Amino acid sequence: MTDAMPAGERKPLAPPVDETGIIGWGRKNLFSSWGNGITTIVLIVGVVWILNWFLEWALFTANFTASTGSECRGGGACWALIREKFRYIFFGSFPYEQHWRPLFAVITMLAMLVLSADRRMWNWRLIVIWGVGSFVTFLLMFGQIHIPLSLILFVALVGGGIGLALRSALATPSERMAYYALIGIGAVGLVLRILGILPKWSIAIAPLSYVETSLWGGLPVTLILATYGLAFAFPYGILLALGRRSNLPLIKGLCVGFIELIRGVPLISLLIMASVMLPLFLPSGTTIDKFLRAQVAVILFAGAYIAEVIRGGLQSLPKGQFEAADAMGLNYAQKTLLIILPQALRVVIPPLINTFIGFFKDTSLVLIIGIFDFLNTANQALVDPNWAGFPGEVYLFAAFVYFIFCYSMSRYSKYLEVELNKGTRR
Amino acid sequence: MAVESLGSVPRVKVAPWNDPVIRGWVFQIVVVGLVGFLAWYLVSNTIENLQRQKIASGFHYLEREAGFEIGDTMIEYSPASTYARAIWVGILNTLRVAVLGILLSTLLGTMIGVGRLSPNWLLSRICSWYVEAFRNVPLLLWLFLFYKLISEAFPGPRQAISLLWNSVFLSNRGVYFPVPMADPIHKWMGLAFLIAIAGTWMLARWGKKRQETTGQPFPIISAGLGILIGLPALVWLAGGAPHHMSWPELKGFNFAGGTVIQPEFTALLVGLVLYTSAFVAEIVRSGILALHKGQSEAAAALGLSRGQSMRLVLLPQALRVIVPPMTSQYLNITKNSSLAIAIGYPDLVASINVTINQTGQAIENILIIMAAYLSVSLSISAFMNWYNKRIALRER
Repeated sequence: MTDAMPAGERKPLAPPVDETGIIGWGRKNLFSSWGNGITTIVLIVGVVWILNWFLEWALFTANFTASTGSECRGGGACWALIREKFRYIFFGSFPYEQHWRPLFAVITMLAMLVLSADRRMWNWRLIVIWGVGSFVTFLLMFGQIHIPLSLILFVALVGGGIGLALRSALATPSERMAYYALIGIGAVGLVLRILGILPKWSIAIAPLSYVETSLWGGLPVTLILATYGLAFAFPYGILLALGRRSNLPLIKGLCVGFIELIRGVPLISLLIMASVMLPLFLPSGTTIDKFLRAQVAVILFAGAYIAEVIRGGLQSLPKGQFEAADAMGLNYAQKTLLIILPQALRVVIPPLINTFIGFFKDTSLVLIIGIFDFLNTANQALVDPNWAGFPGEVYLFAAFVYFIFCYSMSRYSKYLEVELNKGTRR
Repeated sequence: MAVESLGSVPRVKVAPWNDPVIRGWVFQIVVVGLVGFLAWYLVSNTIENLQRQKIASGFHYLEREAGFEIGDTMIEYSPASTYARAIWVGILNTLRVAVLGILLSTLLGTMIGVGRLSPNWLLSRICSWYVEAFRNVPLLLWLFLFYKLISEAFPGPRQAISLLWNSVFLSNRGVYFPVPMADPIHKWMGLAFLIAIAGTWMLARWGKKRQETTGQPFPIISAGLGILIGLPALVWLAGGAPHHMSWPELKGFNFAGGTVIQPEFTALLVGLVLYTSAFVAEIVRSGILALHKGQSEAAAALGLSRGQSMRLVLLPQALRVIVPPMTSQYLNITKNSSLAIAIGYPDLVASINVTINQTGQAIENILIIMAAYLSVSLSISAFMNWYNKRIALRER
């Protein structure tokens, strides 16, 4: 190289030492001006002071092995309390020797969520994953599941209806006959069941001992409330969003009224309503499980918020998409399910995940109506008189668990935002 | 030919079950009928249940004696007051937390959002850690943490931490600090303050007009602050400068005299502000980032300092992006203030909850909650929409 250089020219000099490497970086990013330098020094002193105090408390003088609260007193953090109570914090009052069940239920739900995060699964596989995952989760949590005949009939009716609406023009006569058969069996069966001609029959799957929902607690409760809250609120929110964009004035009015009413009031008032008013709404004698009531309140609440997110996606579609679908002769169901929603939902997946993070945090509010979610079991761990007086440790631990969940979801949403926009961003 | 006749295509005769208009109406009638049936079913059950449980209905209970204590009230209240007054105390407490929360989290959030964009690496890192830490943990958990820290880590009134030469006391019963003794001059000082607000507003208008016509800027911030503080101070001096203070003093097991900020209120306000400002910071940051880079470069080329370009060029434009999402954060603060019930701050939901338990009249009380929150939400929305329209870009 040097040989090829014409005579009289010198090798380019290396940049000055103080503009590259750590020194250069520090000059540019920490001490670029007087004010900046002072800010940096003040911040470093502050951070070191806080870290010093925190590490002293949380590590160096902390007690990891005490067996009662009184042994912990006087020193730093009492992590022994977490060691003593972590099974209660995670699983609540679920029978102690059966704790493997909520543990595997949590693992199943996490696996379900992680698999659904993979874009290659976004097709019929998603239905299989959620079907199998939900079945396993609830089998583990309840121990016994009874599938009533009417539910099977209802699924047949809805499945046949959706199949017919989507594939009406494409299906072969035999496939079409199958859909009609499903609808027929479902409808006739349900009518017969309501009239009381068919018996109250159900399939019982009972490999484990039954554990009622009032004993559920901890992380599985938080996960179930958030996951199934979203899973049911999602289709409901889509219907509300479509209704709000509809040309039919009565439908539109109903949807707008519902969405704005729910979004205008705090979740707590809905939860209080679900706990004191739902019993009044139902015929006397019927009782609904408290957990189910909270779940319904969360679904109604989430539906209104999800509807607004999805409406944003619907509004972002150009009018031509709707017109093209009409010109192709597609009916409303086909147009919506095959043309509009796939495009609209793609746009709103990142904000939907952010909404989900919000609900994950908001499920903690159910403790006000006495459900033992993760925050509530953490709270209850403080009540033990043997271990009184260490709120900081327990809440920091709970905050850490919540943080891991929410932070990983928000990273995923950031990643998806980039990933899904690859086609449009240059 | 085909184009010209497009507008006057004769309506094709279709069978009534294929006519979209008829279909639409049939569908609507069916849906409204189903919803109506559901409503009728629920209402009839409710009426039957109420009769069976012998629960009265109607709002007459509002005039009865409430009989419960409220720890933290802004207006006069005793257990002998009516339910209506108890609920009104709750509404005022909710509004107090919401208004203070909105102001403080806007300030803190803007500072953190601007801090995240700072050229100082350490500052922007710390700000983004703050945002991640507060955004990813439930608000309720923060409230519990702060409340427990105040009530368990702070000493009792007898060992209270005294600050500022024994005038301010920190204890697990709250923060006690001295207040001036009531004096007739305070009324006139309040009046002077109102006059000062009007004067500052007119001065700001005049200053803006002068800058637009002559280019001379007017130091409205310092002048306005001078008027706002100076005028009441003058009135105070004219009234003989009464300076008797009511000092907090330890009497028995608690403090007497002075005034107190209750620990519940402190924990709720601190939790709400810290949590919401993380969201506000993100909104402010994305609003500024949405601006074209040329804006900050042009401001720098004009010789404006970084603070000036932020205050005069970037933030006013970013406001247009910021205001709509900010509105929903303000609504969130108002709604989230209802978490007060979990740490025992007597807000609207807490008052209503006690009232439901005492009277059993769930429906009327839930209606009051919904009406109260809806009207607060709608007023915030209306105000923010008006503000949004005012700052919107005026194009041709």
